[in-house]
Amino acid sequence: MLLDVRNLLRNGFFSPLGMLFLVVLGAAILLHSETATQNQSPAPSAQTPATTLTVTPASSPQSGIPGATPPAFGTAAQRSGLNIVVLDPAHGGTDPGARGAGGIRESEIVLDMAVQVRRALELQGFQVVQTRQGNDNPSFDDRSAMANAQRGAVFVTLHISSTGLPGTVRVYVNSDLPPLTDSKGLIPWDRAQAPFLSLSRRFGDIVQGLLAQRFKGSPATVQTATVRQLRTTAAPAIAVEISSIVVDDRAQLDHMGQGVADAIAEGAAAFRPLYVVPSVPGVAP
Amino acid sequence: MTPRWKVFLIAGLVLAVIAAAIYFPILRRRVKRAARVQQQSEEQARRELTQAIPVNPSDPRVKSKLFWASDADDSTLAPVTVELPLSKDPVLRSKQVLNTLLAGPVDPELRTVPPDAVLLAFYLLPDGTAVADFSEALATSIPSGIASEQMAVDSIARTLEANVPQVQRLKILIHGQEVETLAGHLDLTATFVVDTKGTSAGPPVAAGSAPATTGPGAAKPGTPVPDKTPVTPPKR
Repeated sequence: MLLDVRNLLRNGFFSPLGMLFLVVLGAAILLHSETATQNQSPAPSAQTPATTLTVTPASSPQSGIPGATPPAFGTAAQRSGLNIVVLDPAHGGTDPGARGAGGIRESEIVLDMAVQVRRALELQGFQVVQTRQGNDNPSFDDRSAMANAQRGAVFVTLHISSTGLPGTVRVYVNSDLPPLTDSKGLIPWDRAQAPFLSLSRRFGDIVQGLLAQRFKGSPATVQTATVRQLRTTAAPAIAVEISSIVVDDRAQLDHMGQGVADAIAEGAAAFRPLYVVPSVPGVAP
Repeated sequence: MTPRWKVFLIAGLVLAVIAAAIYFPILRRRVKRAARVQQQSEEQARRELTQAIPVNPSDPRVKSKLFWASDADDSTLAPVTVELPLSKDPVLRSKQVLNTLLAGPVDPELRTVPPDAVLLAFYLLPDGTAVADFSEALATSIPSGIASEQMAVDSIARTLEANVPQVQRLKILIHGQEVETLAGHLDLTATFVVDTKGTSAGPPVAAGSAPATTGPGAAKPGTPVPDKTPVTPPKR
């Protein structure tokens, strides 16, 4: 592009107003670069638990969360029992999760794996709500909120470990939470998992059993751990952790994807008749 | 025609804006780096202050149990008996056993906590709640994952359970702050059960007799308990 400098000068482009324009332009460039840097580095630890919120078991199915597929009201969602699986590929955005040799990232692998799990679940007749579709990082509470807004749902969060025997898979449920004492029928947000623990264990045991058949060396029964993501989830909730990110080749993990997907889908289908929403907070079904 | 000095002035201004746009991100990076170095040196200073745990030679040598990863199955914990001169004071005793735990086992593969993690402070409240404040390395250097993070907390809780009967519950802080998770998975907002003998949630678990993660219903070190009154460490 050619600039006719002489004409510009004649037209007074470099008048005081023109100079001001240039300075503003420079400032805009600076601001833009600043904003871009900030967008790339939000601290993952800045997730603040919404401790004042409360949910009731089997709350109304209004997600309100961007990216969540709303349940199809009037069809499966209104049938009693389990119809929806909220699938959570963990981490994402600036939080890559576990990192292995060659730059492989947990957040990318679980996102890819979620596609297989989703497909397997849909073949079993489930509606799937995914907590993230791309490389973003919703907070723990946002992810839980997607599950808590559904009726007749289970929650499955997918992880890759940094340790453990490669080629094995472990299913976790939340450790015991203190019993609920609220007589108003509300579940405190920070203990939303409490009334669902018994169901979570049943669901976890089924999925772990199916995984143990496919991946030798995996435990036969579900494990317990104080998993932050599960604590605020008001639904039967499990964490599935695949070992491990330290494999030499990412293909080894990708190869496990279909087996994990089938086990979760078959497990959810087998759990369907056992699923009863607890009606009284603090009383597990 | 515009005087020549105006042209030079404008050109100079434009160059200054462009140079500033280029230099600003570099300057920002330098400031960040300087802040990080300062933070590290602060932590190093705290380490030097806190690492000197007084060991009284007259303290009786006690066979203490420390929990590291089992060499048969790296997903479970196993007790290792070590003879240590341990103080009768529960706070000193806790610091002594935790520092030995952090120093690591003979086989570094069996570590449950990162080698650069440091116990910065330890307090014991009258109700038996222990507050252990670890350096940031505990959170940043630990292998990310549910299994590895739970193993780290379990090894700390069970080592305290086996050696310091006064400790009933454990609250873990990172660099003096309550954090949401250890390294993205394990919930550190709760207070963990240490002494399972006094709990009614399930049968007591003998130290070292059960895997790090056990089946449903069993109370074990590392199980969270209600945290209705936030634990605030005393002023240093």
